[in-house]
Amino acid sequence: MSLLELRKLNKHFGGLHVTNAVDLSLEPGEIHCLIGPNGAGKSTLFRLILGEHHPGSGEILFAGENITALKSFARIHRGLSVKFQVPGVFKGLSVRQNLEIALQSHHRGAELEAEIVRLLGFLGLESEQAQRAGNLSHGQKQWLEIGMAISLKPRLLLLDEPTAGMSPEETHMTGEMVQRLNADGMTVLAIEHDMAFVRQVAQRVTVLHLGQVFAQGSIDEIVADERVAAIYLGQAHA
Amino acid sequence: MTGFVSLFRRLEGPQTVGRGPAFWSLFAIVLAIGLAYPLFSDGYTVGNTVYFFVWVFIALSLCLIWGYGGSLSFGQTAFFGIAGYGYGVLTLNFGAAYGFTLVAFVAAIAIAALFAVLLGYFMFFGRIAGVFLGIVTLAVTLMLERFMAQTAGPEWHIGSARLNGFNGMSAMPPLTIPWPGQPIVLFADVGLYYFVLGLLVFVYLALRILMNSSFGNVIVAIRENPERAEMLGYDIRKYQLITFVIGAALAGISGVLYTAWGQYITPSSMGMTAAALPLIWVAVGGRSDLTSTVVGTLVVLAAFQALTIYGSQYALVFMGVLLVLTVLIAPNGLVLGAMNWLGRLAARLTRRAG
Repeated sequence: MSLLELRKLNKHFGGLHVTNAVDLSLEPGEIHCLIGPNGAGKSTLFRLILGEHHPGSGEILFAGENITALKSFARIHRGLSVKFQVPGVFKGLSVRQNLEIALQSHHRGAELEAEIVRLLGFLGLESEQAQRAGNLSHGQKQWLEIGMAISLKPRLLLLDEPTAGMSPEETHMTGEMVQRLNADGMTVLAIEHDMAFVRQVAQRVTVLHLGQVFAQGSIDEIVADERVAAIYLGQAHA
Repeated sequence: MTGFVSLFRRLEGPQTVGRGPAFWSLFAIVLAIGLAYPLFSDGYTVGNTVYFFVWVFIALSLCLIWGYGGSLSFGQTAFFGIAGYGYGVLTLNFGAAYGFTLVAFVAAIAIAALFAVLLGYFMFFGRIAGVFLGIVTLAVTLMLERFMAQTAGPEWHIGSARLNGFNGMSAMPPLTIPWPGQPIVLFADVGLYYFVLGLLVFVYLALRILMNSSFGNVIVAIRENPERAEMLGYDIRKYQLITFVIGAALAGISGVLYTAWGQYITPSSMGMTAAALPLIWVAVGGRSDLTSTVVGTLVVLAAFQALTIYGSQYALVFMGVLLVLTVLIAPNGLVLGAMNWLGRLAARLTRRAG
């Protein structure tokens, strides 16, 4: 059974079809990358999956359950989690408190402390724990938010441009982070423009174009596809 | 027992300024001065101090909803008024015997809280946020003021309590504690002073514990980034509603105490000026911290009263200027700014000493 299944998902704002009959299914345990030019509907698709937008028609199934009508927080309780495109950390609070807020609904007392320490280590943010999250570098903010997202121990992690604004080294470290999470059984769906990252982690790639699924396959198949190159990689190479 | 200890540990935390022996020693000294003060003063001055204390609860309500929760409520005076009138109606009908004023005290606050449940439900579950929340809450309090203002006629009464329009409702009994032999009537001097001081210390400490708990964590998380908070699995509407209702109850405490203090309440207590002043006290003190709010409110109130001697309109202009200056110089509040500066200074000194 697929972990996530989108069936004929439609969303339009006025006359603009942002997603148009999107079908997509994720297998448990895979790292799946969603690529496509700007305005392809990738972030809207995430918002539909998370319940921030509601589809005009179509269904969203998570682990076999129809979650199309569920509120966002209820979807999170089912095992979804997200890192937003613009880092959504709590800027005025310390790094440690950011993690505490994410962890406190599952852990208490000494166990909570231990989890915070473990996550700080995983993210490499031990020495920044007392800093205000707003003072972190862009890359560190991205990691902190990934940390908050994974602290919920989700079955499916949604990453919206996890490496945006990162140096090549930071991008590679993020890729390793994602692979470690995946090795522990987490399914990942990532929107990404950085092809080095996609190459590093993706087991399957879906290309979204004008709100529709344009192509799907392994990274090599996608790169070899001339139609894709025309709409996306062609532009990137130019 | 461990639960009790962990409760006390929550008195300090990231959400409240002030920690360690230095802070709590200062707290104890201030409290001791507060307790001893009526012995060295006259009844009128003590009564006046009670008047200042009465307003601190509504200031704390704004601190909670606006400073910590990030939702600007312009209508805390609505709950102030509802609870004040509620106390008046109840006690004018049922009197003060058998400790009924204390029952009315609690019931009036409960009525205000219930009203907040209804209003808050529609606002937060309707996803009203930001400036619109301010507009809706302000509209509600002004509407209540208008409504109460036109109740001058004799047909407007609840039981034997006349509402009296702009003349206000008066002659309700003060808070009275039943006592064998002679009930203790808390007139607006020493008796009421200790009652209000005790309540203030209790509320202040309880709010410190609440804000440093996991509940408080979620409240500030919603202020910082509501979308992220929801995407961590929190039903933010529920948290906002609960905060709003607690805030309404605090504003209600102010309303009841004010009414019991002066044995008087009028619609103007819900008017535009009344609605705006608490915002200024809280903004000037430092809305995102409980201690700053308490200190700031008391200082601004005292300054306001001192200026009122020269004319209340000038005092109001001064309040406006004070707000503008605060926003320009110390957007987080003057008291909070000063406390943070002192904290940094102390840290630097200890580092140099070490």
